[in-house]
Amino acid sequence: SQAAWCELPSRVLLVLTSQRGVQMYESDGSTMVFWHALHVPEHPAAHSVFARGIAAAGGRFVCVGTSSGAVLVFDIPPKGTNVTLNEVLEQHRDPITDIAAEQGQAPDGAGDLVTADDSGTLCLWSTGEEFTLLGKIPGSGCTCSSVRLWNGIVAAGYGNGQIRLWEAGSGRIRAQVSAHARWIYALDLAPLTGKLLSGAEDSFVHVWQLSRDPDTDGIEIRHCHAECVTDTQVCGARFCDPAGDTFAVTGYDLSEIICY
Amino acid sequence: RVDEWTDVDRKRVMNDIISAMFKKNFMEELFKPQDLYSKKALRTVYDRLAHTSIMRLNQASMDKLYDLMTMAFKYQVLLCPRPRDILLVTFNHLDAIKDFISDSPGILNQVDETFRQLIETYNCLSDGEFQLIRQTLLIFFQDMHIRVSIFLKDKVQNSNGRFVLPISGPVPWGTEVPGLIRIFNHKGVEVKRAEFTSAGNYVTPQREGSFELYGDRVLKLGTNMYSVTRPVETHMSGSSKNLASQAKENIAPNPLAKEELNFLARLLGGLDIQKPAGGETGFRLNLFTTDEEEEHAAQTRPEELSYKVINIEATQEPGRRAELSRILGELEVAEPRPGSAEKGEDLLALMDGL
Repeated sequence: SQAAWCELPSRVLLVLTSQRGVQMYESDGSTMVFWHALHVPEHPAAHSVFARGIAAAGGRFVCVGTSSGAVLVFDIPPKGTNVTLNEVLEQHRDPITDIAAEQGQAPDGAGDLVTADDSGTLCLWSTGEEFTLLGKIPGSGCTCSSVRLWNGIVAAGYGNGQIRLWEAGSGRIRAQVSAHARWIYALDLAPLTGKLLSGAEDSFVHVWQLSRDPDTDGIEIRHCHAECVTDTQVCGARFCDPAGDTFAVTGYDLSEIICY
Repeated sequence: RVDEWTDVDRKRVMNDIISAMFKKNFMEELFKPQDLYSKKALRTVYDRLAHTSIMRLNQASMDKLYDLMTMAFKYQVLLCPRPRDILLVTFNHLDAIKDFISDSPGILNQVDETFRQLIETYNCLSDGEFQLIRQTLLIFFQDMHIRVSIFLKDKVQNSNGRFVLPISGPVPWGTEVPGLIRIFNHKGVEVKRAEFTSAGNYVTPQREGSFELYGDRVLKLGTNMYSVTRPVETHMSGSSKNLASQAKENIAPNPLAKEELNFLARLLGGLDIQKPAGGETGFRLNLFTTDEEEEHAAQTRPEELSYKVINIEATQEPGRRAELSRILGELEVAEPRPGSAEKGEDLLALMDGL
């Protein structure tokens, strides 16, 4: 199960995913705006059915991933409950892990949405009444567990502890970091500064600095800071402000949220 | 009395239990795609398995055995370097079991058959699918912090019940030692290398464990903790925060109770219950030092940590099982008793009475 705030120009929705489907609530949690049930097969299949991966996109849509690899695109009205399923994107063949919308300024042709799946495949999209697939980065067998998009740079965290930076426009790899010793669970990005946060099962949280030189088109990543949350497998990590001055961490069996 | 057991008795109990666990129809039920059992259901199956031979355990010893098993398995699942290593842990379990019944070819065959089925069903799953399985298991074990003597002594568990997560040693197979940053230009050519340091002290692994029927698993998780005689004490967690969350879990009615009872009836119906023959009285295993200690443990166990076990006299008799199904069927239309929580609770109460 996941929960995410989807910020759209007109409203903020709380979106929840689970094995049953997708639920959307008003930002104060007062009313359920919408509910989409996932199709569950008659007899229990060998593979479980669930929704995973949530992102607000294109100033108008909420995208939710599913275990079949399909991405559901919901059209959200400025107010009220008339949410409709606008489109189903079927480019992934493996369960969706994460979806991210562009948080900065996309260079021309770079697209404003990225979707990731269990096989490590990344798809780049241009949002609109009809979404257009701009590019596909094939996976190399390692799950891409979380993804972020900033200034045309895709930051992807993998199950083998690697962080990779891809150029959204060309689909080329620009950086490879042996960042963690275990499965990366969370990535977050601070759009004002380009700081990247990574949290993994190895108990570590790292802060990185992304940069893109507009003249040379060089993309860089450097390490800023490491924190070890002793004896805790970090499951969630998020910046608390858009500049990335503070961040919060959660972990398995941990009943607290730790703020740094 | 445990000290009156002979090697023949030990062998018998081992063979009986392992044979029951790996019986064809029992395994068939387990391999069917299904949701994770509830804590009640799992404990019931465990109880039944522990009693498939001439060995008996009182509630307190049974509770302790279950606590040990739960925490040991939680430890193994939590510390798996890669998600697919939970399969290697299972293979370690089976390797050890095969060692226990190495001179009983019939049972050995059954275990090997299960082994082959595991390989066929699970070897091909992706990392993502294994991680999903692992996460589901970890949710089951969440907030359990019973302290186990052997773990405390070996310093794999802290005095607050949480497991130690080492930040040194070999990285998982397929992962690189953290530290290297490689930068590429827009043509894909590496143009820069940089290093970063952090507190961890990792090394490259030597080789990958084997997923075949026979082979070196490399991973130590899941190997026999008691290959040398070790103490079996457990300590209840003192933190009330954790107990509160467990208490809530036990009180809330289980909406899947009816489906679960069907599953249990099918699963346990296939298990033979051994009655000690003729003049035998059977043997009782006490996991405490004395009978008095066991009695005391039973009386002082915190309410929140008591496992509410369902007593089902499920037998092989088809007549009896049909009776069970009929009762379940009849209950579907029954009016809930005034004051009772939910239909689920009614069924469970009825099963307790059987």
